[in-house]
Amino acid sequence: MTSPSLFSGFLAILQRDLLLAWRRRGDAAMPVLYAMIVAILFPFALGPDHQLLARVSGGIVLVTVLLAMLLALDNLFRSDLEDGVLAQMVLAPQSLSFLMAARILAYWLVTACPLLIAGPILGYMLGLPAQAQPVLFLALVLSSALLALLGSMLAALTAGTRRSGMLLSLMLLPLIVPVVIFAAGAVSAVEQGLPWIAPLAWLSATLALTLVLAPVACATALRITLDA
Amino acid sequence: MNAFKTWFHKLGSPPFFYEFAGYLRPWLWVGTVVFAIAGLIGGLLLAPPDYQQGDAYRIIFIHVPSAWMSLFIYGVMAISGLVALVWRIKLAEIIAMESAPIGAAFTFITLVTGSLWGKPMWGTYWTWDARLTSELVLLFIYLGIIGLYHAFENERQGARAAAFLIIVGVVNLPIVHYSVVWWNTLHQGTTVRIFAPSSISLSMLWPILAMMIATKLYYGVSLLGRARIAVLERERGKDWVRQIVTEGTKNA
Amino acid sequence: MSHFSTDARTLVEAHALAFSRRDEPILRPLDFHLEAGELSFVEGDNGSGKTTLLNILAGLLRPSSGEVRISGYPPGTDGARAETRLLGHQLGLKGDLSARENLRVSVGLYGCRKGMTADLCLTEVGLRGFEDEPVRSLSAGQKKRVALAALNLGNARLWLLDEPFANLDRTGIDLVNIMLDRHLQRGGAALVTTHGAVSFRQEEPRKLRLNL
Repeated sequence: MTSPSLFSGFLAILQRDLLLAWRRRGDAAMPVLYAMIVAILFPFALGPDHQLLARVSGGIVLVTVLLAMLLALDNLFRSDLEDGVLAQMVLAPQSLSFLMAARILAYWLVTACPLLIAGPILGYMLGLPAQAQPVLFLALVLSSALLALLGSMLAALTAGTRRSGMLLSLMLLPLIVPVVIFAAGAVSAVEQGLPWIAPLAWLSATLALTLVLAPVACATALRITLDA
Repeated sequence: MNAFKTWFHKLGSPPFFYEFAGYLRPWLWVGTVVFAIAGLIGGLLLAPPDYQQGDAYRIIFIHVPSAWMSLFIYGVMAISGLVALVWRIKLAEIIAMESAPIGAAFTFITLVTGSLWGKPMWGTYWTWDARLTSELVLLFIYLGIIGLYHAFENERQGARAAAFLIIVGVVNLPIVHYSVVWWNTLHQGTTVRIFAPSSISLSMLWPILAMMIATKLYYGVSLLGRARIAVLERERGKDWVRQIVTEGTKNA
Repeated sequence: MSHFSTDARTLVEAHALAFSRRDEPILRPLDFHLEAGELSFVEGDNGSGKTTLLNILAGLLRPSSGEVRISGYPPGTDGARAETRLLGHQLGLKGDLSARENLRVSVGLYGCRKGMTADLCLTEVGLRGFEDEPVRSLSAGQKKRVALAALNLGNARLWLLDEPFANLDRTGIDLVNIMLDRHLQRGGAALVTTHGAVSFRQEEPRKLRLNL
């Protein structure tokens, strides 16, 4: 008899989630489309002032990417809860935190990676200065990872409730404000020719901490959701 | 000490809490009114005008106690929420959940009074500096907690989920408090300190302290009142609740 | 706790186990135990707490009072989870994945009994030829069989089965009985709920009547 190893569960969930996303690749394309639509509306809303657009382009790309990720967040655990798969994961002789880490990683890979490609393109279209592009990309990587980790923890809490989309955004806002502040701070610093590494360093440090804590918090939140 | 421990444990029992809270509330009301009157007279009439701001500063006697309460209540909710999550004590759930609207109200008052004060002092009703932003974020945290609690049909499960959110949001508390230290902000620094001499004149300090005590006592009044109602609602199938209700309708 | 048996054969032991929701009793205080090789049949009307009992034993719900041990461990802890497998009303299958893919996840989470493969299990439950169909295109009975195959693939000693005979035809019911038989012979135990009258292959299994 072979007992499941620590990694077999992690890989099984990761593989499963990627396979599911591939089977429904139409749904997986939604966040990118959403980000594009929202970002493209801004030039129309703000007028053709190129200098203004260039100044705010970094912030616009950041916010639209994070909003787009939020779209997919609500359903992160909902379908697994409804078909009993969540219960099976909780009951498996595995560390639930580790399984959750796989789930979060899959969510980030499926939702954030296309956005990481779309982001710089949108930035270019909005007139983002060329020297800001690498910093924007780094900022997007860090902030999308943080949103995935923090958001999944909150999505686990609301998975069983109705009308949870709005509530999830409300709950997430306080946690995401500092992330946006630091990420945007780095982009505007590089645009002004100032040192930009400090805000990104802060984000990285927070990410390191959250990488460890969020899967555990996510597992705890799931147990609360399943225990009526 | 043992008698105190026993009494404290008894407090966790809904019927005992209901009676005790009902007994305590009128006294808290008296205290609130006394300290509030003292504080308001001291602040609005007795304290001299500020050498820089004139009489406009007097809103401080509402603003500062409210701000302190917005943080203090969250602290109470965090401890109570932790107890509710770990030991699943009903009363801890009730205290955490019923404190949330009170805390949200104080936060709102802080933001509004601060905004009204900002106009004469800084020339603007709002600015996105660290302290104002973090206090606004605190309001959203409160609203999120209230929303999450009410999203559940099973109120015990809802309280546990909301308690988890409270603990996650605790990280915002030091951010609000130390925002004036860590960042360059428009907001003034800490003037009232607990462990060191405060940098504010005594005639202005004592009304603030009186109002702080008044708002704390008011929190007690409000919380105990809400908690009693919540206890009756949750335990509505029990005999002791039935007794209270029938006696109440007899006397009405 | 000193009043729990230390016999390795005892898989489930419960004392005064009760559950209420919002102070409404769903499960009255219950005492029972289950040893390796035993089958216990949980009878009760709808709403009598059968599913609740299984969820408590699995570790999903915390009992309102009383104590229970799975193989000496509290339910939900690592030791208990290693021994337990739950088959609930919701089958725990993803509709977009095929039967084989679902079983692969199951093996990753729960491990695999020596010598068993996913294809072998699927053939045993009569789903040969359906291994690659997305599960959502299968009938209710076929979905149930996939879930049973997943159960068979694992190596947990204690099976908690919530209405395993639901949605199955006569062949399916026989299949469940055969699986239970073999499981008990391997030294496993099972707690089975059903609200219909179903015959078992074994001699009279122990009955646990939940009266409410």
